[in-house]
Amino acid sequence: MEFFKIRKDIPFMRHALVFNVISAITFALAVFFLVTRGLNLGVDFTGGTVLEVRYEHPADIPKIREALATLDFRNAGVENFGTSSEVLIRLPPARGKAANLLSDRVMAALHADDPTAQLRSVQFVGPEVGSEMLSNGALALLVVGLGIVVYLWFRFEWKFGVATLIANLHDVVIILGFFAFFRWQFSLTVLAAVLAIFGYSVNESVVVFDRVRENFRKMRQASVPQIIDNAITRTLSRTIITHGCTQMAVLSMLFFGGETLHYFALALTIGILFGIYSSALVASPVVMWLGISREDMIPSKKDSAQLDSRP
Amino acid sequence: MNRYPLWKYLLILAIVVFGVIYALPNLYGEDPAVEISASHATGKVDAQTLTQVEQTLARASFPYKSATLGVHGIIVRFANTTVQLRARDLVQQVLGDNYTVALDLLPATPVWLRWIHANPMYLGLDLRGGVHFLLQVDMATAVKKAEQAYVDDVADALRRKDVHYLSVSRPDSGGVLIRFRTAQQRDAGSSVIDRKFPELVLTDEQQKGEYDILAKLGPQALEEKRKFALDQNITSLRNRVNELGVAEPIIQQQGSDRIVVELPGVQDIAKAKEILGRTATLEVMMVDESHSLAAAVAGQVPPGDKIYYNRRGQPILLKNRVIYSGNDIVDASAGIDQQQGGAVVNITLDSRAAAVNERVTGANVGKRMAVVYIEIRHETKLDAAGKPVLDKRGRPVKQAVRIERVITAPVIREQLGARFEISGMENIEQARNLALLLRAGALAAPVEIIEERTVGPSLGADNIRRGFHSTWIGFAAIAVFMIAYYLIFGIVSVAALAINVVLLVALLSVLQATLTLPGMAGIALTVGMAIDANVLINERIREELRNGNTPQASIKTGYDRAFGTILDSNVTAFIAGLALFIFGSGPVRGFAVVLCLGILTSMFSSVMVSRSLVNLLYGSRRRLERISIGNTAWK
Repeated sequence: MEFFKIRKDIPFMRHALVFNVISAITFALAVFFLVTRGLNLGVDFTGGTVLEVRYEHPADIPKIREALATLDFRNAGVENFGTSSEVLIRLPPARGKAANLLSDRVMAALHADDPTAQLRSVQFVGPEVGSEMLSNGALALLVVGLGIVVYLWFRFEWKFGVATLIANLHDVVIILGFFAFFRWQFSLTVLAAVLAIFGYSVNESVVVFDRVRENFRKMRQASVPQIIDNAITRTLSRTIITHGCTQMAVLSMLFFGGETLHYFALALTIGILFGIYSSALVASPVVMWLGISREDMIPSKKDSAQLDSRP
Repeated sequence: MNRYPLWKYLLILAIVVFGVIYALPNLYGEDPAVEISASHATGKVDAQTLTQVEQTLARASFPYKSATLGVHGIIVRFANTTVQLRARDLVQQVLGDNYTVALDLLPATPVWLRWIHANPMYLGLDLRGGVHFLLQVDMATAVKKAEQAYVDDVADALRRKDVHYLSVSRPDSGGVLIRFRTAQQRDAGSSVIDRKFPELVLTDEQQKGEYDILAKLGPQALEEKRKFALDQNITSLRNRVNELGVAEPIIQQQGSDRIVVELPGVQDIAKAKEILGRTATLEVMMVDESHSLAAAVAGQVPPGDKIYYNRRGQPILLKNRVIYSGNDIVDASAGIDQQQGGAVVNITLDSRAAAVNERVTGANVGKRMAVVYIEIRHETKLDAAGKPVLDKRGRPVKQAVRIERVITAPVIREQLGARFEISGMENIEQARNLALLLRAGALAAPVEIIEERTVGPSLGADNIRRGFHSTWIGFAAIAVFMIAYYLIFGIVSVAALAINVVLLVALLSVLQATLTLPGMAGIALTVGMAIDANVLINERIREELRNGNTPQASIKTGYDRAFGTILDSNVTAFIAGLALFIFGSGPVRGFAVVLCLGILTSMFSSVMVSRSLVNLLYGSRRRLERISIGNTAWK
């Protein structure tokens, strides 16, 4: 079996501007939605209480709301979770000593209304913990970004590091943009997915850049765009097969992983799709525009001998 | 020719065999079990207890799989939870309160695997069910308490040296304020305090014709007090959790002022919170025998006195000044009085309280001293009809109830020191309970729950199922595709991928890293990502073949060239995993651990293992015409 029988190099770089304009627009839209709609931050970040309750029959949501209203939780969120007999109750963050006792009181009230109410899980996060997690998350994002740039700089050349970072930030911002646009819940697990994608989609750029470096050595007469086109084309089948495989694993998570892993898998899916696109079609043109040249890649004879064992 | 030297094959084989053996325990299920341990430090669980338990179970004809005596106590395994529950009640009844009998689910790992320390993965709370609390220690109160203790100590030191002072108090702004009438007295006081309490930083103040000293804890002393408060809270919480009878609880420090408490398998969250928040302590005071008790009960309580009641409801008049409290108790155990035969509680005090005890009892031989038990409970307020009182919003009103009871008020027969005993216990049972409560002690500073995550056991089981399904379905889909696309090389890749999962599971089991639901997602994701290396290699081999190279040469270049790329692409993912581990918390950390370990194992399996398989299949054939890697003949 063979999916990709590409005989000639596809002239990606000729259309580089088009791809980058598309990217720029998507990116701008993502930023726009992030600014105007904002992320729907989960309880991990905002603080508050989330209860997962299961009934033995479809849950009567208006009645649950009523019960919560008598407890003075008028702005509590109640929604079905997974099945019609399971509900998720979100209580806004509360200050004070008794904040952690809210869940007990809610359960007592629900139990009085319907004895089949069974508590599946409780998450209570104090506001101070929430804001700490948010700043830690931002810090992690920063450290990963810097780590990647430094590694690629050390391994290749600063131009590659910068180009990869741009491509990856583009992926991350677009994932966040999707979460802002659809108001999907952004939890700590989703943040983990975003960071995983940050690390993962770099490998795409690395594979292309490895090939670019090799081509600089082999294709002595070729121009820079030709070299990049060849590198992208030659690695295209691998790119699509690899990401296809990863996507299969992620889809299986999306369908069989249950509610907890739903948004995690969703973030990974968006990340993988945009990762394919951005590393080939965003990172490479950026490298080209940054003015990559043969000298950048093969600084001396000694180095090129070492590089011989690279693909 | 593609051949590995023999040692390399053997090494790879050894690693794979190691992986299989250490991953094996995860295939066995769990046994319902009960764990029997001594409920306090002085009690012990020995072979005799084991025989007693075995006989008890045999007499009631409860079938059990095994009963063993280990370092942590006796573990009895059962075939099902029904027997387990009934056996727990029976054993607890027979052994009495000296022992804690806890329910647990223990891995049903065969003995030979346990013998080589092969254990299944350690499941996080989101997979096994349980409660996670993050407690914030109120350090301001801890410091305040410490300063309050200095008020008495400083006054005491000044009195001993005959230094006259106006008052010693703790102002609301913090520190200890000592007021003197003259500058000379202040200087004398200053030198006394400085010698006795070098950890205090003294500042002289002068106002309205008074000469004052403001004493504050120095930075180092402050740090020590905080550390002490945290350590003491951890100890107290540990004692209380032991009281709950939870198997494998985790109580550890997080940051400078937080404590994590994880109670796997706890169902009754309300009770867990109640016990964690409970404060019980002892206060020792002198009995006021110079005033009339009858007059006090009638309403004329002498200043500085207070009426307390014993458990029979009889009043007793005490001088309301605490000589020492439960905070000062180092150890407490129940015992039998050698001379009189009644139940007693043996108490050991710390050195400071011992000195106080020595002085007070020495000066008051022949007088009576009372031990008051104090417990603060948060109860729902009830009205006269016994119904809960509701506030304006219809919520039940909770109130802190301070329960004070005189346990005993014996006559001081001689001067006491660091060790003494409290007599007057009704029976040994009561003595034991008191000893337990005293050991569990009061918290040095109040704690507040700032994070709680509870997962019910049914959700935990669901999560395991979901995580498992998503991993193997993803694996199967990838396997089908790889084999259809790359034929024999596909099979090799899938074999390497399977070994990768086995090694990852083995590594997680050996390290006993906590596996969470995101961690299981991490395994699924690792499966999807690890295949990248093999795709890279296989594509490269195909390309080399297409360029007209011989199969053997193509295999060699394919593997050699792909390795650098694989390394590069994995390093960045590893950086991301590491950052997640450092900055993440809870379940996300589980994901990070799996991600990082998965990268390590996949580097090994997708390069070394798959290469060795390919070498074994093709490497030794001298004239290899074609290899089975799918169609490459289009160029």
